[in-house]
Amino acid sequence: MPREAVVAEVRERDAKILMTFPVTATSHLLAEARARGAYAALEKALRTMTPQQVAKEVTASGLQGRGGAAFPAGRKWAVIQYDDGQPHYLCANADEGEPGTFKDRWILENSPHQLVESMLIAAYALQVRHAFVYMRGEFSAPFRRLQGALDEAYAAGLIGENILGTGFNCDIMIYRGAGSYVCGEASALLSSIEGKRGYPRNRPPRLTVKGLYQRPTVVNNVETLSNVAWIVQHGAEAFKAVGTPKCPGTRLISISGHIARPGVYEIEVGYPWKRLIYDDCGGMLHGAALKCVIPGGISTKVLTAAEIETLNLDPAEVEPAGSSMGSGGMVAIAEGTCMVRLLQVMLRFYHHESCGQCTPCREGMGWLHRLIDRIVDGQGRLDDLDMMARISRLQDGNTICGMGDAAGYATLGILAKYRHEFEHWIREGRSMHEGNLECRRSS
Amino acid sequence: MSDVVASLMPEFERLRRRFPEGFDSSMTLPCLRRVQEVRGHVADEDIQALAQWLDLPRIQFDEVLSYYTQFRRRPVGQVRLEICRNVSCSMRGAERLLGHVCKRLGVEEGGTTVDGRFTVTTAECLGSCGTAPVMVVDDEYHESMDIEKVDRLIDARAHAEGGRGG
Repeated sequence: MPREAVVAEVRERDAKILMTFPVTATSHLLAEARARGAYAALEKALRTMTPQQVAKEVTASGLQGRGGAAFPAGRKWAVIQYDDGQPHYLCANADEGEPGTFKDRWILENSPHQLVESMLIAAYALQVRHAFVYMRGEFSAPFRRLQGALDEAYAAGLIGENILGTGFNCDIMIYRGAGSYVCGEASALLSSIEGKRGYPRNRPPRLTVKGLYQRPTVVNNVETLSNVAWIVQHGAEAFKAVGTPKCPGTRLISISGHIARPGVYEIEVGYPWKRLIYDDCGGMLHGAALKCVIPGGISTKVLTAAEIETLNLDPAEVEPAGSSMGSGGMVAIAEGTCMVRLLQVMLRFYHHESCGQCTPCREGMGWLHRLIDRIVDGQGRLDDLDMMARISRLQDGNTICGMGDAAGYATLGILAKYRHEFEHWIREGRSMHEGNLECRRSS
Repeated sequence: MSDVVASLMPEFERLRRRFPEGFDSSMTLPCLRRVQEVRGHVADEDIQALAQWLDLPRIQFDEVLSYYTQFRRRPVGQVRLEICRNVSCSMRGAERLLGHVCKRLGVEEGGTTVDGRFTVTTAECLGSCGTAPVMVVDDEYHESMDIEKVDRLIDARAHAEGGRGG
């Protein structure tokens, strides 16, 4: 895309970096991807740039992690000493498991070459010989699509030995998980690639110092990595012209729940929240009223309809409102939904997925789950709510990975805003909303 | 030696060569997945054979098998139905769907029909929230499910497997 067109799009606040083409039955294939310009950035990087120049460009772009933590990608990369004489590894995190999140799947299924090309460029910048895509085990179709793309790229000499005749060698291998939410955490992911239980590791050392098999390793989310080819092709300045100065680029928002047109939408950071819900997504299901939104995966705090009224989808606005854009997994919840049952579903999930290493999470998750089950059974006590808040706070910061914290945030968020629904259930022995989770057409 | 592992050995040898040197420990998950695809579950003799071949402690296999939810140590029904009931799926009717499937097949959640044809389990978020609710049938996603579609699917599979399907 020429520079002027990019700038024009930016003015419209409608720039696209990833979802730039209509999806058809063949749009994921190499021939069509190349017709859209795929692998031109790889060619540019390998032929005209040094690895350091590529890394510098990505750092200058201000690209931040799209998996949930929004850590600057360049700062992670900068830790790797490309000439320190030991192997380095690159892993794309395709474990996408945060409930409500299905954006990486869009890339894996519809634009796999954008990921492959970007990974090769990243591998060049970090001087990586072996790169991995850690993909959750349940993803059958995404696996076939990405493996198909890798096979095509190997056959075309775009990957493997002596890529494009430049002497650069890099292999990419898909490593499939086998069912574990925690493996989406970068260090647990590496434990899993080492063929063990997916246990998160204590830092320090950082993974960029001692990661996969104790070697320096960069783990980046699929969406984060997929931006790299565009950044190299168009330059850091063009990327910074998209989004906001503090959070450049676009975000893939996967929206689900009681929404008329669920799906994946690419928005510029700073896009008006209500425009996404009411214009792009066609509003709420059956014309229902919006009760609240989970902004970025269930581990981010719920925001009420009133709270998002004037907000733009920008961390600089969502964070002061007390939540986070997280993984971009947005769940729209209609009026009439029972928040007690909703929290019960969440706590059952967290309890099921706790890896069991850290006492506060292993015991706390079970405790929270039992408390909410007791409330739903009509046996709850009013001080259960204080106990739930106390357990949530106890977990915060006291576990190796962020899962304990996250479950606590989700719990505290719902308890703070919908305490009356819990009190009603405890006092009356039944839900304020008949335990409803669905949004049925009103008759 | 496990017959299943023996039959997969050429494939496993190729896979081992694709990993960088010193990555033998990484072979556990992909090998167990393939064994399970062939046998339907992972048997003791498979673990024995893989542990010996890769020179890894048996406990590593036991740990992996008991940690990841996709691995099975016991035979299950011929057709595996997994229903996601996390937030987005429940908001689109997953609980009703699960109740219907269990009732129709006469099993509890996690159970197998007496004729051994269907096993019904629940799953947590499968990344199919925009096409909720999702049901996974023998590792393939069936999205935007409803009771009508699930009935047709069970009918078809019961027929294909030569039974009545509950």
